[in-house]
Amino acid sequence: MPTSERVIEMNGITKEFGSFRANDDIHLDLKKGEIHALLGENGAGKSTLMNILSGLLEPTSGEIKVKGKSVNITSPDVANELGIGMVHQHFMLVDKFTVAENIMLGREKSRFGYIDKKSAEKEVQALSDQYGLKVDPSALVENISVGMQQRVEILKTLYRGADLLIFDEPTGVLTPQEIEELIGIMHKMVNEDKSIILITHKLDEIKQVANRCTVIRRGKSIDTVDVSKTSQQELADMMVGRSVSFKVDKKPATPKEAVLKVEDLTVKSNRGFDAVKGISFEVKAGEVLGIAGVDGNGQSELIQAITGLTKSSNGSIHLDGNNITNKKPRKITETGLGHIPEDRQKYGLILPMTLEENIALQTYYQKPFSSHGFLNYKEIKQHAKRLIEEFDVRTPSEEHSAASLSGGNQQKAIIAREVDRDPALLIAAQPTRGLDVGAIEYIHSRLIEMRDNGKGVLLMSYELDEVMNVSDRIAVMYDGKIIAIVNANETNESELGLLMAGVPLKEAKEKADSKGKEKETIDSSI
Amino acid sequence: MIRQSRGFLSSLVVPILSIIFGFVFGAILMLLFGYNPVVAYDAMISGVFGSQYFLGEALRQATSLTFTGLGFALAYKAGFFNIGVSGQALAGWVSAIWVALAFPELPQLVLLPLSILAGTLVGALWASIAGTLRAFFGTSEVIVTIMLNYTALQLTNFIIRDILSETGNSTESVGENASLSLQWLTDLTQGSRLNAGLFIAIAVVILYWIFITRTTAGFEIRAVGLNSFASTYAGMSAKKNIILSMFLSGALAGLGGAIHGLGTFGNIFTQTGLPSIGFDGISVALLGLGNPIGIFFSSILFGVLNVGAAFMPNRAGVPDEMASIVTAAIIFFIGANYIIRYFIEKRASRDQSPTTATRGGEE
Repeated sequence: MPTSERVIEMNGITKEFGSFRANDDIHLDLKKGEIHALLGENGAGKSTLMNILSGLLEPTSGEIKVKGKSVNITSPDVANELGIGMVHQHFMLVDKFTVAENIMLGREKSRFGYIDKKSAEKEVQALSDQYGLKVDPSALVENISVGMQQRVEILKTLYRGADLLIFDEPTGVLTPQEIEELIGIMHKMVNEDKSIILITHKLDEIKQVANRCTVIRRGKSIDTVDVSKTSQQELADMMVGRSVSFKVDKKPATPKEAVLKVEDLTVKSNRGFDAVKGISFEVKAGEVLGIAGVDGNGQSELIQAITGLTKSSNGSIHLDGNNITNKKPRKITETGLGHIPEDRQKYGLILPMTLEENIALQTYYQKPFSSHGFLNYKEIKQHAKRLIEEFDVRTPSEEHSAASLSGGNQQKAIIAREVDRDPALLIAAQPTRGLDVGAIEYIHSRLIEMRDNGKGVLLMSYELDEVMNVSDRIAVMYDGKIIAIVNANETNESELGLLMAGVPLKEAKEKADSKGKEKETIDSSI
Repeated sequence: MIRQSRGFLSSLVVPILSIIFGFVFGAILMLLFGYNPVVAYDAMISGVFGSQYFLGEALRQATSLTFTGLGFALAYKAGFFNIGVSGQALAGWVSAIWVALAFPELPQLVLLPLSILAGTLVGALWASIAGTLRAFFGTSEVIVTIMLNYTALQLTNFIIRDILSETGNSTESVGENASLSLQWLTDLTQGSRLNAGLFIAIAVVILYWIFITRTTAGFEIRAVGLNSFASTYAGMSAKKNIILSMFLSGALAGLGGAIHGLGTFGNIFTQTGLPSIGFDGISVALLGLGNPIGIFFSSILFGVLNVGAAFMPNRAGVPDEMASIVTAAIIFFIGANYIIRYFIEKRASRDQSPTTATRGGEE
């Protein structure tokens, strides 16, 4: 249980970038042994605030106290010495090194110039045992799961003596089971007098794990509330500043003929083994087919094969009746495919280019955007302006670079580009990753709209909520195969979670049912 | 670039600072060794600008550098480091002279364009070797072009010794009908070797700008250079753009070599090393930040530096070696301008730009 002793106090923190105030008089205090959630939309100023706390940025004004003493955190090293450690969203690990080597990186213990691996491994083992992390110090990082890699990141901060751990969106890459384990680990850490700041936009996680929650909106701290006395709806409304709806509004689907037919498809991963192992399925016009599964079970390779970015080694893909197996990306696009790629900054946009050029990225070579090899910037600009208006992309102008937009607006620009071409099939891979509630609401409604217009939508997401809310049917991928296809309104989270972990459908149904009953009995007994 | 005027103005800061640092560093060096930098720089500037002849020579150098600079910049736009502009220019030079010598009786209207075209094409094909290897086998274009530089050098010397001349170390001069020299320009600059290449260079600067900013092919090259993943995803062919950009890059270098040969020398002679217009062209492209107009002006700066340095020994008593060190220092700071950019960006990220603070952070 948290004590009343305050380990961190941030008072009146203001950070200005030119005339823009990223943080405006923010207050945050953290009690010892507390899990404190930091909730806010994208661009609300959470990252800026945490970058200030971890020494990457210096505040324009305001005061930071660590254990009651006023400090200047001028660099990450200073933060380190003060016991502040950050578990990053994107892991910073060396694949070819062992867990122990990664953890001691930069803090190598040496004896007479030799690295003392043994004692480092022992220390790591001890820490791992203390917090129940079950990490093998001598395993190579490339051979352990994503969940384990995250624990290595956690160990790294603990090894450096952190008492305060900042978790930046830690559950995005985890399975429901792994999330439960992580929550257990967090509880264990606070029991050992560590304190935790949890950056997230997932309200159910906050409800599950946090003691208090500070809500930030447009750079200002709105309120700090006691989580047990606040509902998810209240938290969401506070974050967005208006009342939001969670349920995706949709009519029942009216599926027609198949637009995408995948038969017996096998795809090799870039490391040479089969990542997709003989998959067959269909996406019908007028339905959303969701693909659920833990990251790394062949979903990315499947989508790359459909979009032509990777060649398949066996099987066939038909789009709208045309064989598109191993065709070039442009050919496939022209056949009628829209694609919102998984990594929007790497595949979806050319960040340094202007927004109008990015919007023309799939069509620049066609009339009216060019003729005889010369671009027609007038048309490109008009088209961009129309889409920016129609899809509510917030930008000062179409001539600003794509990099200057927030994540949500970048995604809106991609969706505008892909949807406007009116493709027969839209593939949306992780379309709302890292976006806030408002943007998610918008993107989901656009996907449903595509469906209602009689197009096929293939939605790949690691977020169970998203898959369950938006899809009509759900295909669960495990180890390169589709382990089951279920109807979205006939399944539940625990059944899907078990399927994602590789449990066969029948068994998963039974287990999920019994778990559901258990819960019911507990509920009724309260 | 021009589409974002604020970015363009602030991007001028870096090259200007590079030039200033270079001159200051050169001045400090001269002071350390007891020479008067004011007198030396004055000798350099007034030497070049005080005489039509030397101004003409500086512009003549700038002409060749504009082509090699644009050549390097084009490959760089697509994300490739074409270290081989020297070799490609040499290949263009020898090919142009060869064609000019092979058909001496053709009229100028045919022979001159034919010779220039031959030089351009051979330069382009020479660079395409590296482009093709890169596209199909993923070999590093840096290493391949470096090796092709030496191949071009030895091959050229062989051609000069064994094919284009009987025993000598240089070919005959090409006829009037293959020369780029213009009598009125020569007269205007009191006998300098400035030639019609200058006007071709200006035309190519404009064509380059149109190509890069206004054509679909230029759009693809820019897109692939900035983000090859997103470009492939958008249906552009990476292979095609690698080969095309290296082809065009080599074409520009080869064109530069042809004009260097037909305009400046009128012949070709055995080389002990790679022609400096290649490597200076790389510096010029970096100083000009890949902008064709910037490249044109930095070429002129290089021409002035190279020609002007020759005045420092006589008029300011600065020894030859010192003059070379001073120009090298200036070139160093230009080449190393990313150091300056690094410091500017570091400052900016600490107290200005909000994009760097949240970039990549999905919050």
